[in-house]
Amino acid sequence: MTTAISVTDLSKIYGEREALSHATFEVPLGSVCGFVGPNGSGKTTTIRMLLGLITPTGGTGSVLGESIAQPERYLPRVGAMIEGPAFYPALSGSENLRVLASLGGFPQARVDELLERVGLHDRGGSKYKTYSLGMKQRLGIAAALLPQPKLLVLDEPTNGLDPSGIQEVRNLIKDLAADGTSVFVSSHLLSELEMIAEHLVMLRQGKVLFSGRTQDLLKSQSAMLIAKPEFAVDLNAFVSVLTQAEYDVTIEDGSVNIVADADVAPTINRLAFEAGITLALLTAVRPTLEETFFEMTGE
Amino acid sequence: MLRVVNAELRKLRRPTLLYSTFLVVVLLTGLFTSIVFLRVKSGHGEGQRGVPITVETLSQADGLVFGFKLVAFFLGITALCVFASQTAQEYSLGTLRNLLLRQPARMKILAGKYISMTIFAIALVFADAIVAIGISIGLAGHATISTTAWFTASALSIFGKTFLNVLLATMAYGTLGMILGLLFRSPIAAIATGVIWSLILESILSAVVTSTTRWLPGQNFSNISQGGSVEISYHWSLIISFIYLSGASAVVAVLFKRRDVAN
Repeated sequence: MTTAISVTDLSKIYGEREALSHATFEVPLGSVCGFVGPNGSGKTTTIRMLLGLITPTGGTGSVLGESIAQPERYLPRVGAMIEGPAFYPALSGSENLRVLASLGGFPQARVDELLERVGLHDRGGSKYKTYSLGMKQRLGIAAALLPQPKLLVLDEPTNGLDPSGIQEVRNLIKDLAADGTSVFVSSHLLSELEMIAEHLVMLRQGKVLFSGRTQDLLKSQSAMLIAKPEFAVDLNAFVSVLTQAEYDVTIEDGSVNIVADADVAPTINRLAFEAGITLALLTAVRPTLEETFFEMTGE
Repeated sequence: MLRVVNAELRKLRRPTLLYSTFLVVVLLTGLFTSIVFLRVKSGHGEGQRGVPITVETLSQADGLVFGFKLVAFFLGITALCVFASQTAQEYSLGTLRNLLLRQPARMKILAGKYISMTIFAIALVFADAIVAIGISIGLAGHATISTTAWFTASALSIFGKTFLNVLLATMAYGTLGMILGLLFRSPIAAIATGVIWSLILESILSAVVTSTTRWLPGQNFSNISQGGSVEISYHWSLIISFIYLSGASAVVAVLFKRRDVAN
């Protein structure tokens, strides 16, 4: 088994609406895989199908080597938080976890251990309904960790968390991945995903736009050089030189954006020098995951 | 299965649900039983629909369980509410997905829930019996009711049968609540439908079109708790209730097993 998740032609149709259309992708075992897409692109539907909550209309899939048609075979090794935390308001955080621990046959001692791990040890006895959004989210993550999962599926785990909470979740995911846990995480915080996800699955309108290594996706996007003449009066002359050399350029805030890879920088510098223009700034930039996402999804 | 029962019992024994349910049931049982015994000499009759209750009536072997039988309907409505809310809240709170992640066999979830709520119902009926019988014994002297017949083998047998009948009726109402909870997936809708049907619609229907009484589920459930009546036999009520509940349970079980959990 080399994949934590593998789906082929997976589809879900509600009435006449196709929530997911022939999705095919793989999540390598032991990797952190980001799952991105605009709202309504089919992320949660996909996650629910992977967890046996929704029956696919078509296609096949496997989780930890077992068919998604038989979730009872793999769910004891899977932890998940889908569409935010959902617990019993009248029970304490600790009691809520104990209900799930009883249900899954996990040791009750693990509850205290997990409350400590997600920073809720001092509020474990408080009723869930008194929790802030961030605390609820932490409890949801604790519940997902109950089975000591081989695969962790998280849907928007950083919703409602403050910056330090977001950092804690990031570190938690990194730690789990370091221990060999596969993590499939959906998030709108693309900058966060860029930091932790080696793999990425991108959806739009129920279709897979990209599935593969995050670096491969970013490399496939056009790189850009930003150059700024020392004197503003040289700006037009510099643009003229670049245009004559057939570079695609635009002016933005007194700088020139040139569609070109980083290895073209010496050539640009030479062209400017030969035209008697001194460059105050010449730097290469790659599009971020967020920019790539917007470009690919047209959002 | 045992895991599901354990998990469900954790939810059922939360103080707000446990104490409030038992307190209300105990208070109402105490109230109704006390009224019967304290007003037995009033001569106006405090039984159902004007049937007089006399000292002689309460002195019989079944006098011990008179108060207990009196609140059976209320126990049923309580069970309906508890079963309906415990089932439907899993949808409205979104917690069903957590349950199914930890126990993907949906029928086990359903069976475990039912067993745990049955345990709750047994405890409720048992507590009710203790309170009703305790008050009856306590007030018998005040009402100058002879209790000789209450402590005979015949009275014990009547108590056993009544306990079973009240429990069966309570479970029937509870099962109806669970069916409505699974059907409506909203505690408010399920409880409102169950209570309005049982308390209002059935009463009006059976009063206006008396021939419908023997076919109405709530009337039959209540008839089981009373051990049968002149109009409807005990066995008829048992059979018709079983047919209604098993048929409806099968339908909602299939729905529960096949329905997507999309909330």
